[in-house]
Amino acid sequence: MTEPAARATPAPGGHRGPGRLRRSWDRHWYAWAMVLPVVAVLAVLIFYPLGRGIWLSVTDLTEANQQAKICTRSLVGGVTCRDNPDRWEYVGLGNYRRVLTGEVGRFWLWTTNTVIWTSASVLFHYTIGLGLATMLNRQVRGRGLYRVLLILPWAVPAFVSAFAWKFLFNERLGLFNSVLSAAGLGPVDWFADRWTSLLTAILTNIWLGVPFMMVALLGGMQSISPELYEAAEIDGASPWQRFQNVTLPGLRPVSLTVVLLGTIWTFNMFPVIFLVTEGQPAGRTEILVTGAYRAAFEGIRNYSLAATYGVLILSLLLVFSFYYRRALRRYGEVW
Amino acid sequence: MNRRRRRPLASVLLHAGLVTASIVALFPIVWILLSSFKPGYAVQSTELALVEDPTLANYRFVLAETQFPRWFLNSVIVAGATMAIGVFVSATTGYALSRFNFPGRRQLMLLFLVTQMFPVAILIVPMYTILARLGLIDTLAALVIAYLTVAVPFCAWMLRGYFDSIPRSLDEAAALDGCGPFATFWRVVLPLARPGIAVTAFFTFLTAWGEVAYATAFLQTGRNFTLAYGLQQFVPQFNPQWEYLTAAAVLVTIPSGIVFFFAQRHLVSGLTAGGTKG
Repeated sequence: MTEPAARATPAPGGHRGPGRLRRSWDRHWYAWAMVLPVVAVLAVLIFYPLGRGIWLSVTDLTEANQQAKICTRSLVGGVTCRDNPDRWEYVGLGNYRRVLTGEVGRFWLWTTNTVIWTSASVLFHYTIGLGLATMLNRQVRGRGLYRVLLILPWAVPAFVSAFAWKFLFNERLGLFNSVLSAAGLGPVDWFADRWTSLLTAILTNIWLGVPFMMVALLGGMQSISPELYEAAEIDGASPWQRFQNVTLPGLRPVSLTVVLLGTIWTFNMFPVIFLVTEGQPAGRTEILVTGAYRAAFEGIRNYSLAATYGVLILSLLLVFSFYYRRALRRYGEVW
Repeated sequence: MNRRRRRPLASVLLHAGLVTASIVALFPIVWILLSSFKPGYAVQSTELALVEDPTLANYRFVLAETQFPRWFLNSVIVAGATMAIGVFVSATTGYALSRFNFPGRRQLMLLFLVTQMFPVAILIVPMYTILARLGLIDTLAALVIAYLTVAVPFCAWMLRGYFDSIPRSLDEAAALDGCGPFATFWRVVLPLARPGIAVTAFFTFLTAWGEVAYATAFLQTGRNFTLAYGLQQFVPQFNPQWEYLTAAAVLVTIPSGIVFFFAQRHLVSGLTAGGTKG
């Protein structure tokens, strides 16, 4: 043990560092041991790929030029290798320029779609979730049953829901068009127009995402002290006033978090757009993640392009979170 | 809250609202369930009918003529392993975040948030390279690892919120009784955190059960497909086999429904999203 020695000689700066480190280690080693597996896995599988992704985004790596050497087998069985003249290389910000100017893909259209898709989804997730949570928080007969039924969409895997809704919206045999036809309104070709197509995806996503919001908000409501409500009632507050002045402020920490998480998750939500609209019509309903996926992985896989999109998406989210946190810091920490 | 003096009209409106919402929540599921019992021509028809010539042929086809049972087993293995490991790792991490004010704690919390922002597109290729180097491509283990990176950050963070709601005095009492930090965690805190654990289990299971992108990238041979990936074979670009798809969708939803059934009692109390301060 060097620690007592270090303490006995309170001396030259050089000794204090290791001593402090040792004390810190003694005090915190079990905490670190508990988080170590997560940190190690995240480092290997998230942060190394992230670093490599950023590097790839300034190269021109594709499936076609990834080999460092080209080897040819001669007739007698010998193998001769030479350097690949078209080998992938550093290209600076070329990928970013091509993406942002619209030379490949349609970055700005997809970004617009992503913003519409994310804000509409999160807005309705939150308001509908809040409304349902308020209703479920009342003393109402059959509350347990209602709660199970309302959370049920959460238990359906996203890709199954996406198939289900695509089936419902099918131009020819979907339920919605059957009903509309029966009502004499004629079938709607949902996926032929950018806006109706986007609408199908947003409706699907709202259906998918409301249960999470509802559950989180309901949990938040139930942790608000009942005494606050009683006090408000004694002061003669109407139900609306109680909602405004007790429920909403009490929910603030939960709301801030679920809106931030919901925004991030929806922004990167892959299966709904990918499976429901498939970008129809003509790629005009892609959001950034699906558009990037198709641009980079259909045909010859373009790894550097995928990385470029990934970096751009991540940057957008980081900027958003930064301003979100800063705007809301006065209401308390979010994360 | 006690609403003794609610007027009848308000009561009717409340129930009307909840019933409407429940119908909206249920009808896609019910419609798929009904369609799965229809023969192909009825599913493909434009006529509106609730049930028509009910049959089990779709289920028979899916179960007997495809590799569905095999994929199902694969999915169970992947989702089960993700759930077991994910719950354990999230719990230890969440506990450390909740109880110990160690250097790096705040950074770790922020890091968890940032990992939520990483688009699959940026991770998938380098992850493929690493897994290939480890010889894990086309194995179920690759998927378990990938899904853990998706699920654990959120779950650890959520469980931290739940552990925060368990009084620290219990830990201190256990420490006085001679429990080390690990024993305190394992014997005292974990049993009290059952609702939080249930939500974590539900969340990790669902993450693994329904994921498509990683499965598409990391699996190659038909025997190793998970359901999410295998099912895509029913949806060829031009002639989707809706009748089989509906039956398969029902079969896929059953296991997640079972997990949901066990977890649902705890969902509301267990999901502590930002209930306490970081």
